Amino acid sequence: MRFSSVEHRPEPTQPQKIQLRDDASFASNKIAAFQYTAVAIFLFLITGFWELQIKSPEIYNERAERNRIKSLPVVAPRGKILDRDGRVIVDNHSSWSLILSRENLHTEHLREIADGLHLDYDDLMQKVARYRKRPKYEPIIIKEELTPADLAFVESHRDPETFPEMETILSQRRLYPQNGVLAHVIGYTGEISESELDEPDFAKYNQGQIIGKTGIEKEYNDILMGVDGERQSVVDNRGREREVLGIKEAKPGKNLQLTIDLDLQAVAELALQGHKGAVVALNPQNGEVLAMASQPTFDPNKFAVRIKGSDWKEITSDPGNPLLNRAIQAQWAPGSTFKPIVGLAGLESGSIDEDTVFHCAGGASFYGHFYKCLEVHGAVTLHKGIVASCDAYFYGVGNKTGIDNIAFYAHQVGYGAKSGIDLPNEAAGVVPSPEWQMRNYRQKWYLGQTISVSIGQGATTVTPLQMARAIGGIAMGGVWHTPHLLSSATGKEKPHEWALNPDNVKRIVYGMYGVVNEGGTGVRARIPNIDVCGKTGTAQVASAEYEKSHRDLKDNSWFVGYAPCYNPEIVVSVLWENSGVQGAMDAPTARDVMKAYFDKKVRIAEAAAEAERQKHNPASAIVSALSPAHD
Amino acid sequence: MFQFIGIKDFDWTMFFIVMVICGLGVLQIFSATLDTVFADSWWKQIFFIAAGLVLMWLATVIDYHALMAQIYPLYIASVTLLVVVLLVGKRVFGSTRWIPLPAGIHLQVSELAKIAIILLVARFLTELRSDVLELRDLLKLAGIILLPMALIAKEPDLGTALTYLPILGVGIFLAGMRWKYWLTIAIILLVVVPVGYASLHAYQKARIVSFLDPERDPQGTGYQLIQSKIAVGAGGTWGKGVTKGSQTQLRFLPVPHTDFIFSAFAEEHGFIGVMLALVLYFVLLMQIVQNGQTAPDRAGMYVCMGVGALLLFHILVNVGMVVGRMPVTGIPLPLMSYGGSSIWSTFLMLGLVNSVRIRRFVN
Repeated sequence: MRFSSVEHRPEPTQPQKIQLRDDASFASNKIAAFQYTAVAIFLFLITGFWELQIKSPEIYNERAERNRIKSLPVVAPRGKILDRDGRVIVDNHSSWSLILSRENLHTEHLREIADGLHLDYDDLMQKVARYRKRPKYEPIIIKEELTPADLAFVESHRDPETFPEMETILSQRRLYPQNGVLAHVIGYTGEISESELDEPDFAKYNQGQIIGKTGIEKEYNDILMGVDGERQSVVDNRGREREVLGIKEAKPGKNLQLTIDLDLQAVAELALQGHKGAVVALNPQNGEVLAMASQPTFDPNKFAVRIKGSDWKEITSDPGNPLLNRAIQAQWAPGSTFKPIVGLAGLESGSIDEDTVFHCAGGASFYGHFYKCLEVHGAVTLHKGIVASCDAYFYGVGNKTGIDNIAFYAHQVGYGAKSGIDLPNEAAGVVPSPEWQMRNYRQKWYLGQTISVSIGQGATTVTPLQMARAIGGIAMGGVWHTPHLLSSATGKEKPHEWALNPDNVKRIVYGMYGVVNEGGTGVRARIPNIDVCGKTGTAQVASAEYEKSHRDLKDNSWFVGYAPCYNPEIVVSVLWENSGVQGAMDAPTARDVMKAYFDKKVRIAEAAAEAERQKHNPASAIVSALSPAHD
Repeated sequence: MFQFIGIKDFDWTMFFIVMVICGLGVLQIFSATLDTVFADSWWKQIFFIAAGLVLMWLATVIDYHALMAQIYPLYIASVTLLVVVLLVGKRVFGSTRWIPLPAGIHLQVSELAKIAIILLVARFLTELRSDVLELRDLLKLAGIILLPMALIAKEPDLGTALTYLPILGVGIFLAGMRWKYWLTIAIILLVVVPVGYASLHAYQKARIVSFLDPERDPQGTGYQLIQSKIAVGAGGTWGKGVTKGSQTQLRFLPVPHTDFIFSAFAEEHGFIGVMLALVLYFVLLMQIVQNGQTAPDRAGMYVCMGVGALLLFHILVNVGMVVGRMPVTGIPLPLMSYGGSSIWSTFLMLGLVNSVRIRRFVN
């Protein structure tokens, strides 16, 4: 029956094939077509290999290499920070960091990884998102300072089936002094931020690098930072290392020696503890900062890695503003500590001499207004004016000398401008003058303002650092060195000089000697056998009426002192914010710092003398070597 | 059934080529599994090939007419086994394709069922005794093949299921089909493809998407395709050398001893090696086709051409996938990919071709 289907399709061209022949010949054309198809398919396949292997094998070779070779950063340790005697202030210690390899990163793993390492999931996601535009082979450091528990989590989860993207590297972590000692000077480090990366100064850094954020860490970041190394290794598809190709060792950062003397620093910090204020100790002969303390302080160790949000909130919302380096950033009216400068301006400009008398009747009247003094001092000359800190005397001096002379000498001693210390974000303070008033307020100067400025009030503001530099420079006879913290910078910079009449300097110095040694306001700063000079000051932070209604707004008190009186070796300024009592605590603080300085000097001299004796007397050397060590 | 067969009638050219290809395969399996848990695969493969040679000899000496006479029971047995796979099969990588046998061998029924399909198509078309295929017969034939295809696609193993189509395709092409039917099929495909795509598994859709744009999801499905292209390209002209291909040795290339063996081969042997292998495959195909041309009867011709079409499709899809010109389907490269089922089904098919060849002077 099946044959019926072909009966109506006779094949007239081939009459000999009436029946279908049961062989393959009927399909020979079609088999040929199949062969051509096969040829076409093979050509199609060959062109594929041609394109990949002959035309552009480099592209794929490079991608194969990128697959194969992975670079891990070898983080360079930052340089240590040392004090002037070579004692370590900031050290490093090794710790493990966790990095995520982005080549086999699965975002769906992030939640579990965040949970396992007690990280904030959203922070982690944001971080990963920030890296999106970076090349794939750049890993992300997601946690430093891995605890043993973290390490256990990583080791038990980094297998290929769980979270192969996790890798650990050994890195260095900053170790800062405890209790916030020297925190403001040293500053802290942190990961470079997005906004910093956009700044030209930071173009040389890469995402994820740890840089100095404030203080010395920021100022000398280039010296401290070093150059990260690299470890190149062959890895398989699971990121397991098969072979190390090469290690480029990290170049550690250089150590940095500061001019700070930890002994003095400790005294200053202890004295300030629990209060708001600052202490600055300078060597006026070369500008070296011997001590710089600011309270309240903070623990930079909290910043050493990545500060926790809660810690950051606590620090920034503290009304005491612990991040403020009061030594260079607190700008307050200098009060009576300004009087030596007004006196100097009067003497140098010739408007007064040491015998010029102004009368104090518990104050004095100028321009129809009575300006008060604390006491009735009667007839007052320069020496008594400084020693007793008589306001009425200096009203008279200021009025006679004029604001222009006062402002000129205030500028000479370094007020109203940054001192140029090697710390970021120094404040400049204000020296008011008619030009200043016009420029900033578009107002004319009133002569009454001169009276206020004469006793360091009004718009006048200075920082503790400026004050120490100013008074130290006057005692040096008119040489103001740029304060600096970097030991190697000593002697490198030309000081600002303004030749003062040595007689005038003597007169001012004698006044400041009296303040401490002749029953003046700074008597608490006395040190037996050492000639200490100084000046106290109290400055209103607001008008007297306003202070009365706000009991918490107490006056700031100042003390600036130095020793010895001529060729001084150390000048110390102390600011106590809202202390309310003049000289009560400032002068002893300055005294303690200066005493620590001279005590140490004596100790060193004795030790040197002892060493000298031993050199000439071998027997005593043996005795001292056998006796128990003492420091 | 058994009759004396002259050793000189056996297709020794084909045999030689097959052994060379298998040798390249074993070498590549050795290289690709070095230091891995699959390190013993290369000698297992030698065992598979040895067993395959026995199967090929059996298929050669058994008259294919005798097999075709029993094709319906064989077909029913195959379909039944495919159902069994779905019921009790071993699940690997989310797909149930294997029946566990003793000695740790897992039999992939869909590979062996191809033999039955080839023979069935040959017998069906021979029995038409016509130079033109009628619609009714076409539908009947299509139905017979679609049943096992559907079972395989359910495993799910769309790639292997699709390998049945060239057997059907070449069969109806040779049997002769009216243009209007081809046209109809084309139109039906145009309708069915979008509908079929919608009913695909998510991973199958992902494979197609990643084939069209592999860089879109470099960590996901596109990963295999990208890594394969990198491996092939990195091989360059001369290749990296045996056991020297980083993509293969460091496992960036997925399954470098089974589905992606040709990618590993291309990385380690370069364009020169690829050309050699492709020429061998081409000559093998032409040898099969020539045996079809000289077949003593239509049935023999259909058998040879079915085998040829199937192998050509395998080569096109597998090698095309390796260079990124075909989607990832997971079908093996005949004679080179590691795996007993694939080796055995290929050797059985080549045995069938030889069975046709040695009987070419019988009529």
